[in-house]
Parts: sequence; C-alpha cells; structure tokens
Amino acid sequence: MKKLVLFIPLILVMVMGVFLYKGLFLNPQQLESALEGKPIPAFQLERLEDSSEIITNETLIGKVSLLNVWATWCPSCKYEHPYLMRFARQNILPIYGINYRDDRGPAIRELTREGDPYTKNIFDHDGRLGLDLGVYGAPESYLVDHNGIIRYRYAGPIDQRVWSETLLPMIKELQAVAKQEGAS
Amino acid sequence: MIKSIFTIMAALLLSLTVTAVNATPVDTYEFKSVENQKRALGLAHSLRCPQCQNQNLIDSNSPVAQDLRLEVYEMVDAGKNDAEVIEFMTSRYGDFVLYKPRMEAKTLVLWLGPVGLLIIAFIIGFIFIRKQRIVATEVVEISAEEQSELDKLLKRDDK
Repeated sequence: MKKLVLFIPLILVMVMGVFLYKGLFLNPQQLESALEGKPIPAFQLERLEDSSEIITNETLIGKVSLLNVWATWCPSCKYEHPYLMRFARQNILPIYGINYRDDRGPAIRELTREGDPYTKNIFDHDGRLGLDLGVYGAPESYLVDHNGIIRYRYAGPIDQRVWSETLLPMIKELQAVAKQEGAS
Repeated sequence: MIKSIFTIMAALLLSLTVTAVNATPVDTYEFKSVENQKRALGLAHSLRCPQCQNQNLIDSNSPVAQDLRLEVYEMVDAGKNDAEVIEFMTSRYGDFVLYKPRMEAKTLVLWLGPVGLLIIAFIIGFIFIRKQRIVATEVVEISAEEQSELDKLLKRDDK
C-alpha cells in the first residue's frame, strides 16, 4: 500500500502526457466561434453590385445559407473561388458573399472575370459586419440556419474535402430541420 | 580597461536597439483624457489579437488588431467600463482574446491545478521525510549485547 504512493508522480506525469499529446493535434488557427448558436448580428449594408439595394440581416432569414467572407486582397480566397463556383452550380443553398474591407470597383471586376458564385454580395467596406461576426482573417464561412442562427464557422478556404466532409452533412441536417419546421 | 569600455558601449547599444524593437506602433488616436488613455491602453494590452495570436492588441500590426484597438479606445472614451469592453470582445472573438482566463468550470483546472500540484508535492514530501525519520530512529536502537561489543571494539581502537 505504501509502495503505491511512489507511483503518484508517475501517474501525474502520465496524465499530463495525455493532455500534452492531445494538444499536439489542436489547430490554434481554428478558433471556436463565439457566435455559434447566436443570431447573425444586425446590419444594414449596401449590395456590392448595386449601392441602392440595402441588404439586412433579415434578408438572410428563411433559408439555410452560407455566408462567405472574401476580398480581392486575399490570396486564399482566390484558391477557394473555383470550389465556390462548383458548389454554387449544384444549387444546394444560397451563398451570400461578404466583401470584406475591399473596394467596389476591383471586387466587381474580379467577379465578372472569375465568375460570381454568390446569390448576393454584402459590401462591408469598413469591416464593421466582419468585426461583429468575429472575423479575424479571410476567407471565413458561416453556416446560417433558416432562423438566421449561426450554426458553424469555418475559418480558411473551403475546398472539396471541407465541403463534402464537414459542410455538406451539416447543410443537409439543417435543411432537414428547416423542412420539418416549415411543414409542421 | 579598453575592454571594459567596449563592453559598456556594446551593452548601451544593445539596450537602445532592444527599446527600439519594443516600441509599439504609434497611434494617432486622441483620447478625451489621460485617465481614459491609461485605461484603454491597459485594456488593449490585456486583450489578445485573434489573428496573430501571440501578440496583444497594441503590439500587433494586423488590420484586425488595429480595428479592435480603435474599438477599445472609442468604447473607453464613450464612457464604457472595463467589463463592457471585455464583454464586447469576448462576444465576438470568444474567451480566446483574454490573456487572463476567466474563472469558470472549464478553466478551474487551469486556476487550481498549480495549487493542487503543490499540495500533492507537499504531501508526498511529508510522507517521505517522516518515513526516513522512522528508519533513522530504528537504526539508533541497538541491544545491550551489541553495545558491549561496540564498546570492546572502541577500546581496542584506543590502544
């Protein structure tokens, strides 16, 4: 029994080892969003392509949608763009763009040249919406349910793998819930 | 002599460069009062930049940190208290932005862990020391027979 006391340090070291080992596989860049489970912050911003059209948080309610933060100055957004085009063609859900801290001219030009995967583009010139969303880089994407509640945030470019392994199952699930609630 | 002067010069030069590196980017923001400035800078120092992660809002030059810094300054100048500013930040960027974690159920290990480990160390140390003392007293107790034999040996040595 007394000998067991001698094993306490070993056990402690082993417990710490387990925690440190688990820590090796955490990605510090992938921050948990503080907004998951909360509604989209209220905003009133111009549409990128048409300054007379005002988009608000109400616009996004009613359908499961994807909010994608992008900008012309963001290299990873260029990597992500062809994938977004592909997902947009599949017509699974509306993809709203948040044109983040960008200029109108170059942004529109980029979309005409490379194609426009977005249902609508929100022009967040001074980054205020981005700030309220807790955006710390671009690209970032937010999965929003039909009630306008943010369900998931993905930081970084979406590619085929992220889409099919992470986003699509969640979208399907949210859409099923939306259908159920719409029916009942 | 020359060598020591050289060393002093080198040390001086080094201290100068170190301060230059530590100099924070100058902000042109004008505070309403000196107290506000002190409080806002203190707050910004205690908040982590969500993008660069290992710098606080003052030290970081990333656009997000600049934005958030300005936001903190403006909130302080608008008369918001520290708790309101911190609430604003954590509601957007999560507890991650706090360099000093809040005392919560999930951070309890973080706060009490070191104290717990210290207590365990004391207990183990105490047990060890007591055990050794018991062994030491046991060794001192020798029988009368052994004592007489020891005396004989000591006497032999004296001769």
